[in-house]
Amino acid sequence: MQLLHLMILLPFLFVVFIPFLYRRFNSQLHTGWFVLFIPLILLLYLVTFIPKVSNGNTIFVSMPWIPSYHIDFTIHMDGLSLLFGLLIAGIGTLVVLYSIYYLSKQREALHNFYVYLLLFMGAMMGLVFSDNIFVLYVFWEMTSISSFLLIAYWYERDKSRYGAQKSMLITIFGGLAMLAGLIMLSMISDTYSIREMVSGNRVTAFTSHDLFIPAMILILVGAFTKSAQFPFSIWLPDAMEAPTPISAYLHSATMVKAGIYLVARLTPVFGGAYEWFWLVTGVGLVTLLYGSINAVRQTDLKALLAYSTISQLGLIMSLLGLGSAALYYGLGDEAAVYAIAVFAAIFHLVNHSTFKGCLFMVVGIIDHETGTRDIRRLGGLMHFMPISFTLTIIGGFAMAGLPPFNGFLSKEMFFAAVINVIKMDFVYNNFIGTLIPVLAWIASAFTFVYCMILIFKTFKGKNKVPKVEKPIHEAPMGMLIPPLILGLLVILIFMFPNVLSAYILQPAWSGVLPELAEKGKLQIEISAWHGLNTELWMTIGVIVVGTILYLTLRKWYRVYLIYPEAATLNRLYDNALKIMELFSRRITDRYMTGYIRDYLVYIFVFIVVMVGGSLWLFDGFVYTPSMDAPVNIYEVSLVIAMVISALTVLLSKSRMTAVISVGALGFFVSFFFVLFRAPDLALTQLVVETVTTVLFLLCFYHLPQFKKEMSHLRFKVSNALISIAVGIVVTSVALSANGTRLFPSISSYYEDAYVLAGAKNVVNAILVDFRGIDTMLEILVLTIAGLGVYILIKLRLSGRGRDKNEEAK
Amino acid sequence: METLMSIFVGVLVAIGTYLILTKNLLRIILGTSIIGHAVNILIITMGGLKKGGPPLLWTKDLTYADSLPQALILTAIVINFATTALFLVLSYRSYQVLGVDDTEKLRGIDDE
Repeated sequence: MQLLHLMILLPFLFVVFIPFLYRRFNSQLHTGWFVLFIPLILLLYLVTFIPKVSNGNTIFVSMPWIPSYHIDFTIHMDGLSLLFGLLIAGIGTLVVLYSIYYLSKQREALHNFYVYLLLFMGAMMGLVFSDNIFVLYVFWEMTSISSFLLIAYWYERDKSRYGAQKSMLITIFGGLAMLAGLIMLSMISDTYSIREMVSGNRVTAFTSHDLFIPAMILILVGAFTKSAQFPFSIWLPDAMEAPTPISAYLHSATMVKAGIYLVARLTPVFGGAYEWFWLVTGVGLVTLLYGSINAVRQTDLKALLAYSTISQLGLIMSLLGLGSAALYYGLGDEAAVYAIAVFAAIFHLVNHSTFKGCLFMVVGIIDHETGTRDIRRLGGLMHFMPISFTLTIIGGFAMAGLPPFNGFLSKEMFFAAVINVIKMDFVYNNFIGTLIPVLAWIASAFTFVYCMILIFKTFKGKNKVPKVEKPIHEAPMGMLIPPLILGLLVILIFMFPNVLSAYILQPAWSGVLPELAEKGKLQIEISAWHGLNTELWMTIGVIVVGTILYLTLRKWYRVYLIYPEAATLNRLYDNALKIMELFSRRITDRYMTGYIRDYLVYIFVFIVVMVGGSLWLFDGFVYTPSMDAPVNIYEVSLVIAMVISALTVLLSKSRMTAVISVGALGFFVSFFFVLFRAPDLALTQLVVETVTTVLFLLCFYHLPQFKKEMSHLRFKVSNALISIAVGIVVTSVALSANGTRLFPSISSYYEDAYVLAGAKNVVNAILVDFRGIDTMLEILVLTIAGLGVYILIKLRLSGRGRDKNEEAK
Repeated sequence: METLMSIFVGVLVAIGTYLILTKNLLRIILGTSIIGHAVNILIITMGGLKKGGPPLLWTKDLTYADSLPQALILTAIVINFATTALFLVLSYRSYQVLGVDDTEKLRGIDDE
């Protein structure tokens, strides 16, 4: 364990103290102030690594966890994980600060909140720094669980619980798929370490492996569910029931980027395959379009932001897919061109975290100050909340991709990447391939529209104060500081993109494409926004078309009503759950009838099918009568007598006949034992049968006569068929077993009983000497049965029995 | 001889199974009892029915019947007896308390 491990596990360690701090200090001091130090310390600690990592070094420290399975908590810090680490710690700090002002000290269960939040932070840290895939999976699921807890923070609300359950089901589904994929990956690559998978010569051997494509698809399912890609995106809008700091932190800046991280991290492994290119790019683009189109129709601010998050995540995902073409083209100069898409992805990832975090916090402020997040009830807040308005403009314009904000830069690079894609030969001849820039452009136009809705419908227009519950005013300064910092970053990144690029983005870029980085092909200077190129014309087009669309929104808004509500993904999910529940209930109701006869039928049919079937399938039936002993007239007549008495039991109408027939059967059995030279058995059987018959008679004296069986003929026929089948199976097993004797009996050993045990009765010697333990336990069985009988008769606790007794008295 | 006994055991098992599949508690217990007999006969048959003296050393026979299956059956008879006795009393009590001996009616409450 080294300092780095300790730092990454710090949130987990601090979790223990939160309830104590809450109980001891909460009346004086908001618990959040104690928590604030954890991400701050983490952030400062991680910042110290920036110089080292930006020089191209990586840090690799290992701590054994389950050494015998080669599962170690190994930290691998390169540019990519450091970037994520900084995001998590940085935005974590701001979110904790924001939550101190957002959540009430008196009304909220703060200890729960901060425990969950720190669990999440620690899990996220572990996720991005783990090198071992199984440790990564552990942290991955931990983020799902802590997210579940945080979404249902106000657990008394139905919608919170619904949202939490939905996100849990979907992300855990993806997580399990990913686990399967990771196991396959470890089988392909023969290592659990991502670093070793990525490194050099292993990669080429992967693509030909049979499990390569299944592993890729399963891991992508995990990444897509976590990052809310189409069609797994439906959990994200419902996760907006969480407190706003959580929405800002988990559902815009960090957790939803875990899938992006995984895709970026495994790009060197899978990126060379064109299936990966199409899957990641395709799903990303569909998500981008789906999210941006759906965001426009939302009336709830947080839902709008949720869909915009989905859309932006799709953008980042598609950029990662486009960038993977660099690996497809090997290490040539062409590769360097496509590799810029990966840089754009990383750049936009950072930008998105800043402006989306800022926007969520502002929406939280509006909610906090006006009591509503409904766009239709808001309006004209500009004069009451000038700082929030400014922040919304910064965040909104950045999201729309306008200068002078950071979103502009990454959006330009996105356009550049989608234009480049047409140059690829395996895309060029493809209709869908040429469609990529068009789709990207349409999605950007819709992005512009919902950004304008977000800004102007809330802050401009008529003041609808009467509809708002509280007197409106600007938020307290403490609440505004975190979004102000993020807003400042949005502008600063635009002003000095190359500083960020040199120290943080470039190392992350080389982390995604290590082979190209070694060749020194990953060089970029972000200044392209000076030139008047295709990308800029596309942006201008977006602005023009977006403005027209926004201004005429009321006219074409009806288009959304055409799409049937029943076909939405949410409805699909709800119905699927309902149908699954109904279906399993139906099935269970079908076979769990409650009738003991049915269960017996299952058991007998199973025996017949399994035993009879395997006898038949594997030619198990052997019949060799030559080994038989000669047939004897006594035995034949005994057999006939027994069959007759057994049939009498079957056919008798009176219970007395049946009991006596079974008794007769027992006595015949003891005759058999006489014939088969078993005197002890004959004696025991005689005695036992007598006692049993007496017992039968004693007990059933109190029972009613057999009623005529009310069952219809089919019932009896099926019973008869089943029992005949069972009889045939038993006979054929007996015949086959008799026909194949593998080795002689060991009984000759026991025939030395006089020498070995001093006994002349061999059977008795076996019972009490050679195999005495059997006898002891058999005595125990008899004792227990006796006690059971005694208790059954004596102990009367049940209500009805007691009543009867009392009546009798 | 073994062939005849195997078929016979099959017939007994079939009859016992049929009784177990009926609805009456008493018939079910009688059925298990018949299957118990069938199993005992099956064990001794599988031990081989070659003739020989009973496994008593003072008879000074040349060969003895196989003694191990006999010991096993002896144990089985006693255990079978114990469980049968318990089941008998159990069905007797359940009839006393519940007033039915039809398994169809011993279904518990509908829908859990």
